[in-house]
Amino acid sequence: MYEGAIQDLIDELGRLPGVGPKSAQRIAFHVLSADPTDVNRLAGALRKVKELVRFCTTCYNVAESEQCRICRDPRRTNEVLCVVEEPKDVVAIERTGEFRGRYHVLGGAINPLEGIGPDNLRIRELMIRLGEGTVRELILATDPNTEGEATATYLALMVKPMGISVTRLASGLPVGGDLEYADEITLGRAFEGRRAV
Amino acid sequence: MYVHRLELVDFRSYERVGVDLQPGANVLIGANGVGKTNLVEALGYVATLDSHRVATDAPLVRMGATSAVIRCAVVHDGRELLVELEIVPGKANRARLGRSPARRARDVLGALRLVLFAPEDLELVRGDPAERRRYLDDLLVNRQPRYAGVRADYERVVKQRNALLRTAYLARKTGGSRGGDLGTLAVWDTHLAQHGAELLAGRLELVAALTPHVAKAYDAVAAGRGAAGIAYRPSIELAELTTDRAALAEALTAALAASRSAEIERGTTLVGPHRDELALTLGPLPAKGYASHGESWSFALALRLAGYDLLRADGIEPVLVLDDVFAELDTGRRERLAELVGGASQLLVTCAVDDDVPAALRGTRYQVGEGTVRRVG
Ligand SMILES: Nc1ncnc2c1ncn2[C@@H]1O[C@H](COP(=O)(O)OP(=O)(O)OP(=O)(O)O)[C@@H](O)[C@H]1O
Ligand SMILES: [Mg+2]
Ligand SMILES: [Zn+2]
Repeated sequence: MYEGAIQDLIDELGRLPGVGPKSAQRIAFHVLSADPTDVNRLAGALRKVKELVRFCTTCYNVAESEQCRICRDPRRTNEVLCVVEEPKDVVAIERTGEFRGRYHVLGGAINPLEGIGPDNLRIRELMIRLGEGTVRELILATDPNTEGEATATYLALMVKPMGISVTRLASGLPVGGDLEYADEITLGRAFEGRRAV
Repeated sequence: MYVHRLELVDFRSYERVGVDLQPGANVLIGANGVGKTNLVEALGYVATLDSHRVATDAPLVRMGATSAVIRCAVVHDGRELLVELEIVPGKANRARLGRSPARRARDVLGALRLVLFAPEDLELVRGDPAERRRYLDDLLVNRQPRYAGVRADYERVVKQRNALLRTAYLARKTGGSRGGDLGTLAVWDTHLAQHGAELLAGRLELVAALTPHVAKAYDAVAAGRGAAGIAYRPSIELAELTTDRAALAEALTAALAASRSAEIERGTTLVGPHRDELALTLGPLPAKGYASHGESWSFALALRLAGYDLLRADGIEPVLVLDDVFAELDTGRRERLAELVGGASQLLVTCAVDDDVPAALRGTRYQVGEGTVRRVG
């Protein structure tokens, strides 16, 4: 245990995902010995992320204005919509360069163990978007694990009667994992080989 | 396949120990409680990511330490592969295969193929159906590692579905107006049927292949007293024991529909491979509740030896571990068992009394002391 401020910082860092007590201590002492301007920039970035970043009112991706960069881009097509669980999945798919449509971020997956049902996700918002009639293909890019698959099945059951073609990423993604961990090539291939469900 | 070297750090009673093992027979000798089983338990853990003695990881970590490391070098087809597992109770295990970290611990399954028989296996005959299901699933994964994924997926779906049913059950009991959100039950049914069919088909194929080996192994270790039989008893009605995935999925779907109200009533999933049974028989009688202690013990040993035989028939040469086996046997049966397992590419035997091990299995010998292992011959 250290005194005062340094221990406070170690405790705060230790609460971050993926940071154990040893890393927290290492980062804290790094900050302590770093150049004040670097530290101020970090502090500023932390403050700004809460002040400026919000969720896109169309797709629920992270955004710095009413709409995110992707929803504002006039070169992208409105006819293909890709459903993902989290904003980080948007980043992973964008990296592949295979997709030129729009996204819809659910904010998670159906997970009864954690008390998450369809009502806790942005599924109603998705249905409203689809009801507008421009979307012709819906790509289900939820994670290739139990909860992601269940969510995909649920959405397919809801959407198919609307006459929209529903596709799922091709297999070959590491099963049981997160979309974000798939490398660009694998994910890109899964995108291209998507099949109707 | 054989284990060339085993190293433990803070595993069970060992602070730090390393032992070089040999192909063929290796006999670990030591007084009761010195740590013989701990050594083979570590190898079992590498092979199955599970202890044959405890359901949780905490007892595997040395008292006072926070994590345990098992490192072993496995030689297969003349090539050596290093497998390392770090066990941190309450967290996901960390694994390394060769020089690179594995993405998930599950990726090490298949690196070490091993069949272990231990006194705890008496539960295979005397215990709940869950023990026999675990026996089948462990062997299934050992034989075809891809089933590790099928099994994990199925277990996860059952857990999620049970959570949903339980919420509905509680909502109903407390007079909730909505009766819980059962809108997604159909989705879970679909997935349960799909993964369940895959697991069920795997088990049925396994049992078909295994049956003759069980009869043969029991005959050998029990000196021809009665014939041992196994039969898979699914929790669902099956017109015939098909292994056609689509037909099984259909049967599971029908069974789920038929038990729906009972499931909501009880708040749990009542049909599926997690409720099936592997029935064991000796002659015309069920083994459970009828077999003597000696017969039960021989049956349990026969189940493990049958698994070992089957893997060998598939062309896999697993490591065979016999923990505390020979003390239970009379001289005639010791000799027969020695004959049966003598050709193992690697055999690890533990015993408290050196003389209990038949001369045919002398091989390399090790003296196990408190926290140490020393080669003595
Ligand atoms: N987590 C742990 N930390 C420290 N010691 C442990 C731990 N788990 C088990 N032990 C010790 O290990 C010993 C048991 O070792 P093991 O089961 O390998 O004995 P054994 O040599 O197989 O004995 P037997 O011949 O009776 O089967 C016990 O003395 C027990 O106290
Ligand atoms: Mg023992
Ligand atoms: Zn947007």
